Amino acid sequence: MLASHRLSLAWIGRGVEIERKFVPCTIKKGSEMIEMRYEAPRTLKAAVALLAAANGRAKVLAGGTDLLIQMRSGRIDPELLIDVKCIPELRTIAEEKGGYRFGAAVSAMELVEHEGLARMWPGVIDAVKLIGSIQVKGRATVGGNLCNASPAADSVPALVAAGALARIIGPGGRREVPVEEIPAGPGLTSLRAGEMVVSILLPKRPQRSGDAYLRFTPRTEMDIAVVGAGVNLTLNAKGVCSRARVSLGAVAERVLLLPDAAAALIGQRVDAAALERLAAAASAACRPIDDKRGTKEYRIKVAGVMARRAAQIAVKRAKGEV
Amino acid sequence: MSKHRVTATVNGDAVEFLCETGETLLEALRDELQLTGTKEGCGTGDCGACSVMLDGRLVCSCLVLGVEAQGKTIETVEGMAKGDELHPLQRKFLEHAALQCGICTPGMLISARALLERNPDPTEEEVRYWLAGNLCRCTGYHKIVEAVLDAAREMRGA
Amino acid sequence: MTVKYQEKPLKIVGTRPLRPDGVDKVTGRARYAADYNLPGQLIGKVLRSPHAHARIKSIDTSKAAALPGVKALVTRDDFADMPVEYAASGELTINFRDVTRNMMAREKVFYDGHPVAAVAATSASIAREALKLIKVEYEVLPHVIDVLEAMKPDAPLLHEHQFTDGVTPKPDKPSNVAKRMVFALGSLEEGFKQADLVIEREFNTKPVHQGYIEPQACVASYTEDGQVELWTGTQGHFVFRAQLAKVLQMDVSKIRVTATELGGGFGGKNNIYNEPLAIALSRKSHRPVKMVMTREEVFRATGPTSGANVKIKMGCTRDGRITAADAELNFQAGAFAGSSVGMASMCTFTRYDLDNVRVVGNDVTVNRPKVAAYRAPGAPIAVFGVESVIDEMARKLGIDPIDFRLKNAAKEGTQTYYGPTLGPIGFVETLNRAKAHPNYRLPLGPDQGRGIATGFWFNIGKETSSTVHVNEDGTVTLIIGIVDVAGGTRATMAMMVAEEFGIDYDKVRPVVGDTSALGFNFITAGSRGTFAGGMAAVLAARDAMEKLCRRVARIRDVPPEAVAWKDGRAQPAEGSGTQFKPMSLEEIAREAGRTGGTISGHSEINAEGAGPGFGTHIADVEVDRETGSIKILRYTIVQDVGKAIHPAYVEGQFEGGAVQGIGWALNEEYVYGADGVLQNPGFLDYRVPVASDVPFIDSVIVEVPNPNHPYGVRGCGEVPIIAPMAAISNAVENAIGVRLREQPMSPPRVLKAIEAAALATTQD
Ligand SMILES: Cc1cc2nc3c(=O)[nH]c(=O)nc-3n(C[C@H](O)[C@H](O)[C@H](O)COP(=O)(O)OP(=O)(O)OC[C@H]3O[C@@H](n4cnc5c(N)ncnc54)[C@H](O)[C@@H]3O)c2cc1C
Ligand code: FES
Ligand code: FES
Repeated sequence: MLASHRLSLAWIGRGVEIERKFVPCTIKKGSEMIEMRYEAPRTLKAAVALLAAANGRAKVLAGGTDLLIQMRSGRIDPELLIDVKCIPELRTIAEEKGGYRFGAAVSAMELVEHEGLARMWPGVIDAVKLIGSIQVKGRATVGGNLCNASPAADSVPALVAAGALARIIGPGGRREVPVEEIPAGPGLTSLRAGEMVVSILLPKRPQRSGDAYLRFTPRTEMDIAVVGAGVNLTLNAKGVCSRARVSLGAVAERVLLLPDAAAALIGQRVDAAALERLAAAASAACRPIDDKRGTKEYRIKVAGVMARRAAQIAVKRAKGEV
Repeated sequence: MSKHRVTATVNGDAVEFLCETGETLLEALRDELQLTGTKEGCGTGDCGACSVMLDGRLVCSCLVLGVEAQGKTIETVEGMAKGDELHPLQRKFLEHAALQCGICTPGMLISARALLERNPDPTEEEVRYWLAGNLCRCTGYHKIVEAVLDAAREMRGA
Repeated sequence: MTVKYQEKPLKIVGTRPLRPDGVDKVTGRARYAADYNLPGQLIGKVLRSPHAHARIKSIDTSKAAALPGVKALVTRDDFADMPVEYAASGELTINFRDVTRNMMAREKVFYDGHPVAAVAATSASIAREALKLIKVEYEVLPHVIDVLEAMKPDAPLLHEHQFTDGVTPKPDKPSNVAKRMVFALGSLEEGFKQADLVIEREFNTKPVHQGYIEPQACVASYTEDGQVELWTGTQGHFVFRAQLAKVLQMDVSKIRVTATELGGGFGGKNNIYNEPLAIALSRKSHRPVKMVMTREEVFRATGPTSGANVKIKMGCTRDGRITAADAELNFQAGAFAGSSVGMASMCTFTRYDLDNVRVVGNDVTVNRPKVAAYRAPGAPIAVFGVESVIDEMARKLGIDPIDFRLKNAAKEGTQTYYGPTLGPIGFVETLNRAKAHPNYRLPLGPDQGRGIATGFWFNIGKETSSTVHVNEDGTVTLIIGIVDVAGGTRATMAMMVAEEFGIDYDKVRPVVGDTSALGFNFITAGSRGTFAGGMAAVLAARDAMEKLCRRVARIRDVPPEAVAWKDGRAQPAEGSGTQFKPMSLEEIAREAGRTGGTISGHSEINAEGAGPGFGTHIADVEVDRETGSIKILRYTIVQDVGKAIHPAYVEGQFEGGAVQGIGWALNEEYVYGADGVLQNPGFLDYRVPVASDVPFIDSVIVEVPNPNHPYGVRGCGEVPIIAPMAAISNAVENAIGVRLREQPMSPPRVLKAIEAAALATTQD
């Protein structure tokens, strides 16, 4: 369980924001400063060994767009950085079983530029496109977005809606888990000691499927989601929704998968009434906080709006209209 | 304190510098290599003043560690002009009065060049969204967007 | 002094040549303060208060001092206390007692980010480590952030010695209200009696930051003989020198300040912050010290503009003539007295020709960083209220909003309520041009709306000096003492000087001189650059031309009156009856050494007669009723600048000012937690507009010459930021029928207002 004081911190961040006052001191013994080490292993095995040996004092470095900021502000103070960008498994995009597997350290720009991915999972790619600026996307990775465990991470609701699976490696070997099981709370993941994410599988999708991700931010760009909504659905030949997954970001301590909101769509033609029920279910599932980026009431209201609008886009995509 | 010895190529030149693990590429460029054309406006990826190309990718150099540059190719504003000849974007920025204080200009130019290399004929909207990671507080972006569109036109030979 | 406007055919003024600082800026060679390094320099860092309000019980620096690589430390003990003494700094007034406390806390810390100690070390990382070793013991005190809260009698008190100035009898209890000021004309009572319609409303705005992209930076070197050299990003190096001499108790002559290329200021670089600390650290360490702020420090500790509460009550007749106008402005000053409320008070209604006016301004200290000037300091806040009320009046009466303003517009001869009578101004012209603009008639779609608002700014003159050297090849070096804060001052001055001499623009090289190159120059503020600086440069050129003519008289052996300067040459004066072979600037220059020595022109003036500037804005918006998000569809600025020396740079001021105003209206604000700690000290959560947030800005330059400037210049940099908040708010009302009286109009606020309005109609 999460200690309640952690929740009271402003957690909807690009990072997890711990108050400035509690800056940890890097001074260890006497007045000697401990140096931070850097390693760039070339194999998974080497990376896992380094991670295991560091006893929790190491950090995986992917794009660094969250990590470097946390280091700069003194919020974290690792002894070792393990740069995973030289490990082939984390850097490749490949078709697999009719879907796509991409490495956790593939940059957002590489994903955005991949035509096959954009064709099959446009909603996921829309979400990836929203991460920061072009510059940030040149470095940022989906693995980092996921493992940083910000409830406002843009790619995560889209991945959750897509039913993506994450491949994890660690001292105990490999395992595969649904993406929604990884974030556990602001800045917390369910990864065990010494584990890291290797890659993410976007599964093959049935015909007449469409996904979409929308977020609300005050600015058009360079902003962190006040609310994010991912919808992934499949229509049958009659245009009735046969499968749906709905996910929300920035409305709780972690990204949420909403079976109730999905139920509002399944078996429906996704007409205005169904969309309203979806919106209501999405709003009802929110348990947000007030923070500098938005109030509770605002998040609850807009969550419904974003879910509805995302579903409309997803339906259009499923029908091949866009 | 032991430092990393990093070799890289900056604007076509082989360079070597020393840095601590926590030092950013921006700090290495400015403080170790005296390439102060690349600016720091925030140090947290929010303003784009530190934009450089890293192995052909547009990045914020404040979000890259110096050690990560090992063996990489970096391009900064100092390498944009070829000899006596300014890059068309540099010229168009001057002609359109697309800079005032100029602190955002190096980053804007690097960013705009990266856009035009991918998309030689962007719309106004595409320019605005591409440049959203580069803050400018002086110009209101008007003349910057005009300059980029005009440079694109010239570079296409249209 | 003033120089009369003379209409004449122009060759250079009014054209668009390239800026002299341009090539260095596009190639990365321009040097800003953070780009300077001195041999042997140390890096300085500041320890800042984590509390909004606390008494400093003790500061222990011993551990930090022992850290290897630490070369000097300073705290309050290293600076002299200062008595109350006022001085002008930009558009605001400063008090040295406060300046010394703001740069380094003494008895108390007054805001999150207030400096309490500074350290210089051989590297940035050592300096940062050293800060963590400094132990400060605080007694945390209750704090107050909100202006209305701070005005309450039982509010936590910042300054025990502060009694409200401007009220009689003198209060016997200290207060957070530092000063109360009243401006009045006619009789409000009479005015409201004549009114058919009276509207009274209250408005609130949040503090916003100038948001320059370059954080404050400086390099200081204190030499063994007690001389200081300082490179810093400043809007006024002479004013910095004066302040530094005071707070460091040094002779002015011992401090030399070089204004480096400036990465934006907008009023925020009128004040010293790290400079005295860097000098003190350099003095103690015997080495140069460089200090660069982080972005977080910029937000936490350098001046934003005031947040404010504004109450407006206005009355008008059925046909739209304003009969009475009353305002109360309550401005946050930040930790120390001295907000822009005085300026704001004078701007509140000064666009209209009114008989019965009162403006009351309160300057209120709160536990926030001390405010600094920001582009037309204070005016946008007051104008937001007034222009909203006017909009409401026009709408209620069914009068076109531009016609309503035309009915009341100030003209030449209008008596202002703060003193002067207005000279020739172009306000009516801007209204008429706005009304005729095609953007005023474009059709609007659903949830789209259009708003009008206007702005006024005084513009200022003040102490200015300039030197023109005629070089031996006939080129001209122009030294100005006004910092080019990036609007293009160097270019416009060179243009005026080239025009005077009758030579090509590229033959004049303008340079901003350091403090040893010229006599005192006031800060670049109040849109004075091209007005006052231009006047000084023109006079220096004229001084040189006079000397050139005298020299030619000697060379050609004719009486001095027989020589006149025309078209770049010394020629026989018309009607003098004398004939001689004219001499070009180049010819005279080549011979100068042999004919009496080099020729330079100088001017040292106190420029007067600044021409007020007026503008009319048209904003078109679209509102998303479900999210409260506002999109700016079009934005039009029509403004009288007197004369656009370089029209592209005037447009640049319009565009930049408008977009800053749009940011103020939409999303920029300081967010504090209940603990008084700033929660958004970075560009991700302090949301200045990005390129995709704004459209192109349509600029219309109106030119009604200022009679007191040789080229008719008024100054144009500040007016553009005044109207956007009001224009956008009026447009939102026009779009969805909901009026927002709180800024910024961020999506949550807009949505809340929409819901409240919906609730109100269903209850009706
Ligand atoms: C200016 C700016 C704007 C931003 N805007 C957005 C935005 O709009 N939306 C958004 O969602 N985010 C945004 N971010 C945050 C950030 O860019 C993303 O979260 C990004 O995806 C992080 O990826 P990274 O590779 O840079 O992560 P890193 O910083 O490298 O890592 C982040 C965390 O994840 C861990 N980690 C990384 N990879 C792995 C792995 N394979 N296995 C286990 N742990 C791992 C790291 O140890 C670290 O704790 C923004 C950041 C910046 C600087
Ligand atoms: S300095 Fe790197 S983005 Fe601002
Ligand atoms: S020109 Fe000053 S920030 Fe862009």
